[in-house]
Amino acid sequence: MKSAMSKRKLKDTCGASAECISQVQKILRERFCHRPSATGKLFGIEFQYRHLLELLKRTTLHGESNSALIVGPRGSGKTTLLNHVLKDLREMKQVRGNLLEVHLNGLLQTSDKVALKEITRQLQLENVVGDKVFGSFAETLAFLLEALRKGDRTSSCPVLFVLDEFDLFVHHKNQTLLYNLFDISQSAQTPVTIIGLTCRQDILELLEKRVKSRFSHRQIYLMNSFDFKQYVKIFKEQLSLPAEFPDEPFAQKWNDNIQHLSEDKIVQDVLQNLFHHTKDLRSLYFLLMLAVSAVTVHHPLLTAADLQEASRQHGTDSKANIVHGLSVLEICLIIAMKHLNDVYDGEPFNFQMVYNEFQKFIQRKAHSMYNFEKPVVMKAFEHLLQLELVKPLERPSARAQREYLLMRLLLDNTQIMDALQVYPNCPTDVKQWAASSLSWL
Amino acid sequence: MSQNSFSLGIMNTRQQSKLIYSWYGKPMSSDRKLRTSQYKGIVITSESSRTETCIQLGDFILVEGVNADRPYVAQLLDLYEDGAQHKRAVVQWFCHIGEIPQNKRKLLKREISPQEVFFDQVLGYDTDIDAQTIIKSIMVIPLHPEEELPITLNKEQTFYVKQSWDGKCFKALSPDTFSKLKAKKKKGSTPDSSEPFIPSDILTPLKKETESVVRSATKPKNAESKHSVSKSSLAKERQSQRAANDIKTPTARKKLELSSPTRSKGRLLGSEVLDLLDDDRDAIAPLESAATKRKVTFTSDILGSPPKIPCSSDKSKSVSDTAEPCQRFSDTIRLSPYPKAKDFSEKAKNLHMEDDIIFLVGHQKPGTQSPVLTPRSRRTCAQRTSALIAQHISVLNQEDDLSSSDSSYSSSSEEEEEEEDVPCTPEKKTKSSRIFSTPKSSSKSSVHTPAKTPKKTPLPGTPKTPRNATPEIPRRSHAAQKPASVLEEARLRLHVSAVPESLPCREEEFQDIYNFVESKLIDGTGGCMYISGVPGTGKTATVHEVIRCLQQAAENDELPPFQLVEINGMKLTDPHQAYVQILELLTGQKVTATHAAVLLAKLFNTPGPKRKTTVLIVDELDLLWTRKQNVMYNLFDWPTQKHSKLIILAIANTMDLPERIMMNRVASRLGLTRMAFQPYTYKQLQHIISSRLKDVKAFEEDAIQLVSRKQYIPRAGGMTARVVIMHSDKMSGFSSVWHNVAALSGDARRCLDICRRATEICEFAEPKRSPEIVGMAHVTEAIDEMFSSPYINAIRNASLHEQIFLKAILAEFRRAGVEEATVQQVYHQHMALCRIEGMQRPTVSEMMAICSRLGASRLLLLEASNKYLHMRVRLNLSQDDVMYALREE
Repeated sequence: MKSAMSKRKLKDTCGASAECISQVQKILRERFCHRPSATGKLFGIEFQYRHLLELLKRTTLHGESNSALIVGPRGSGKTTLLNHVLKDLREMKQVRGNLLEVHLNGLLQTSDKVALKEITRQLQLENVVGDKVFGSFAETLAFLLEALRKGDRTSSCPVLFVLDEFDLFVHHKNQTLLYNLFDISQSAQTPVTIIGLTCRQDILELLEKRVKSRFSHRQIYLMNSFDFKQYVKIFKEQLSLPAEFPDEPFAQKWNDNIQHLSEDKIVQDVLQNLFHHTKDLRSLYFLLMLAVSAVTVHHPLLTAADLQEASRQHGTDSKANIVHGLSVLEICLIIAMKHLNDVYDGEPFNFQMVYNEFQKFIQRKAHSMYNFEKPVVMKAFEHLLQLELVKPLERPSARAQREYLLMRLLLDNTQIMDALQVYPNCPTDVKQWAASSLSWL
Repeated sequence: MSQNSFSLGIMNTRQQSKLIYSWYGKPMSSDRKLRTSQYKGIVITSESSRTETCIQLGDFILVEGVNADRPYVAQLLDLYEDGAQHKRAVVQWFCHIGEIPQNKRKLLKREISPQEVFFDQVLGYDTDIDAQTIIKSIMVIPLHPEEELPITLNKEQTFYVKQSWDGKCFKALSPDTFSKLKAKKKKGSTPDSSEPFIPSDILTPLKKETESVVRSATKPKNAESKHSVSKSSLAKERQSQRAANDIKTPTARKKLELSSPTRSKGRLLGSEVLDLLDDDRDAIAPLESAATKRKVTFTSDILGSPPKIPCSSDKSKSVSDTAEPCQRFSDTIRLSPYPKAKDFSEKAKNLHMEDDIIFLVGHQKPGTQSPVLTPRSRRTCAQRTSALIAQHISVLNQEDDLSSSDSSYSSSSEEEEEEEDVPCTPEKKTKSSRIFSTPKSSSKSSVHTPAKTPKKTPLPGTPKTPRNATPEIPRRSHAAQKPASVLEEARLRLHVSAVPESLPCREEEFQDIYNFVESKLIDGTGGCMYISGVPGTGKTATVHEVIRCLQQAAENDELPPFQLVEINGMKLTDPHQAYVQILELLTGQKVTATHAAVLLAKLFNTPGPKRKTTVLIVDELDLLWTRKQNVMYNLFDWPTQKHSKLIILAIANTMDLPERIMMNRVASRLGLTRMAFQPYTYKQLQHIISSRLKDVKAFEEDAIQLVSRKQYIPRAGGMTARVVIMHSDKMSGFSSVWHNVAALSGDARRCLDICRRATEICEFAEPKRSPEIVGMAHVTEAIDEMFSSPYINAIRNASLHEQIFLKAILAEFRRAGVEEATVQQVYHQHMALCRIEGMQRPTVSEMMAICSRLGASRLLLLEASNKYLHMRVRLNLSQDDVMYALREE
């Protein structure tokens, strides 16, 4: 009896049960993946939150029409902000049943016709017509405008239009949808509020002058305006386990560890590096996701090394990775191209030039290299083409001979040199040749 | 049969056959001076089918209308030939439900069958029409308001009339009108379908008549009395009276029209109208009675009538059967009009206290004698009742519950109904018995015009957007909150959608547009006006205000009524949809764009006898541009047509639009009546804001005092809300704000939005503190928020590497001397900068990520990303801005 107790205790101290770990994984992954759900916290955008909440509250309570744009770079929390506001709004008693929501996305509603159909569907106006699907675009527009015109400020239910990827709606023909939505928001019809989400800072310049005049020019900017200290705090909060975690001692231990990590020098360096690259919280979550994946039953707590490894993976260069898997011949071709680039200052080249350069190397310098025949070299070259390490200037046509198609190398010198450093079993003469095109002279 | 036929063939587009209109019989009377001569019938001969149709005075006819599918219904009152040998006809109009304005239709409180028409008493319609617009004769059957429409097979031929319409309200038919219509009905009831037909029952009397006409050609006055030997003395008296009237009616009317332009404006004095109409009525009445009398006497003839009659004998028998009780009924009414009317009015008076519902019926019987219609002989009675009627109507309007009936009254009403039903029911039965079960219920509910072409009949079956379905946003579950604070109230008033009582600073433009439209309305001509101005300068608002004033004037009978059609280029999916929308708003038809264009062209290019002037507002004109510009061409071509009666107000943003995008022939038709709305100056903007805020009731006392010096925002409960608007000399800093707005846009919308935002900022900043003062700081903040360039802020909040990347771009631009670089070049610069700063250098993938992030925010302009390192990069803002943003740190 006692031994069993002590055994369990031992187990608790040394680590955690498998369920416990999977629980941790589940909680954290959900947190990192489903960010737009309103469960996450808002960081540094309390002012914008209040502004938006007040705006929507006025729409629902007073029936005041409004329009606003939420502008911010990708991953700055535009959708999160909106979802937060909407969630809080729905919880208010006076609001319930007083707000119709229409969510449109510029990537889904690629034309006004599709958008209008979607609006009628979401407003459940198609019920009026029975099962009939609408006829023409013109009819749908007239129908919808008629519906919205009938309402008035005090009696109609306010409608909230959320236009995600707002900038894509701008490219619709004549901006008909935007004009009409903004026009309704500026006339005594059904109260509507139009919220556009976009990452383009120049969005106002895209609006047609009539549309622009009807837009109220309210812009809510999200800028990721936090500093590194706050960034670390976010890191800490995002990794911490909640208080209601079933296995309390483990949660305690885990949280202590996170606290410890956030003060660790290595971890701070990793975070600093990422912070310098981007303030986008999404990439932080991506990094943490990689790190959390390393947590297992035998390795129950996150370490600095995990984060470092994750950071390394996160930051690796994709093209350089491809170079690692090339054959020596292909590497040689790339080096030849690099020399051509150096000599001709980035002018495009063709296969024949590369082959000649390669021949020069073989004849004068290479001792370890076997002199491959031209078709073999061609094959290697085509492989590079398929890997998109080289790219033809124009589409290959039937007339042009493949040898003479103009190409460009899609690798930078630094990438090539870096890749060669880690390339396993690279012949030394090749390495030397890579370092200097003139070394064989 | 002697017919002097002046044949004049016209191409009837509907039937695609040549129709010849010729007079029936000799002229009844003629006026040498005006060289007019009157006839009692017209014969329409179709060349292709070799058929003849004779239409006589008093018959109900279809007249070609605005809409080819929807001819007008009218009763033929007079036929004459004017000096220029044009055949003219004087008619009494009936109107379809479609001709009644949408907002008035709800006064009816019931479903209107397409077969129902209204006795038209609207002034201002030209009742003198070209005889060649007559299509054919039909039936119009008067019904009492409680009656259901009988089921009939021949929908295109039969109409029912229950009520009259005088442009303001619906009234039940007066017994007098009713009986007259009823009497006519018999005559008109025999024609069936479009087969060649000469009304059989008219045939015999006509012979007689023509004889009498021939005989008495020299002394026309006697001719009238000759064929009414069997008439009562009263009728005789009227007859002679009418004979006198008859001769002068057309000319007199003509003179009247010519001499009094006020008539067209509808400014006739009541008594004048009365007299005028009395003349008409007297002119009709005896003839009607004569006709009915004749009919009764000749029923036996009909039975044995010559085989020319196309319809079967049992049909005609049933018709003659119906005729008799009908006649009896009308006779009873006719013989005792006084006691009856009095009786009813008394009854109504008595019941007045008991139940209001009675008024409906009581009012319908004696009360329908609207003063306009009352024959002279009854005027005293009418005057007595008219006061009562007015009462009734007012009560009626409030009364909703019409279903319950009063026992004391029901007996009398049932009597009435029995009497009425007798003439109707047999007909209903004979007709419906011959038809298999008529799907009346479905056809009744469906919205479709009786004279619709078969092509369009499936429309109601497939309602794309059914007209009876009213799309509506659901109601809100909680009531909207009233503004609680001063700021909220102010915000409500400052909202662009808030409709101000007047439009300040646009008085001149308003007057110009008003005068333009008014003059065209009075003249009954057409014209175009082009209105331009940058967005937010009140173009559309002013035009709407003008229209509102004009409509008010038209309602007060100061102006002829007009029809308003408004289209907006931005609200159309395609320029050609403009036709569809205009036609739908004008006539309620839904057709394709090409068909609509044809119909509209026909409508505006042909003289319509019964058409009001149309005022067409075309907003955002520039979007109606097409390559061939045919939409714009047509729009501006119509007003130049002689009969179009179309006034176009075209609105667009650019002043030189006609010169810039229009072809010469379009621009020339647009004309030179132009108006430019200048952007508002700061003083005007100031004025607009203050006028919007000024008249809040709670503030008046203070506001009046303070407006002169500082314009104060309204206040409530002693809370001072000092407002944004100050005098420029007092607060020069503040007025510079308005200078700014004016300089930025001159857009009133923007200005209002700024003020609204300022109140929010104020509220937001100090939620609890009172007094709430919207001060300079708040407005400045609002302006900053709206107009500051976001780029600077975006750059300052970018990550370190993103900033370095921008620096690298600047360095590369400086090195190359070109404002464009590839990513590869920038990358090298970036590495160099990293080396200087001692930072870890990014990999190419990370670089690309930075680049695309900046590109997504549009700080950079990028090529397609598949070019990878060779992708070209440009800045989307000036180098100076980037430098400024980066240096500050």
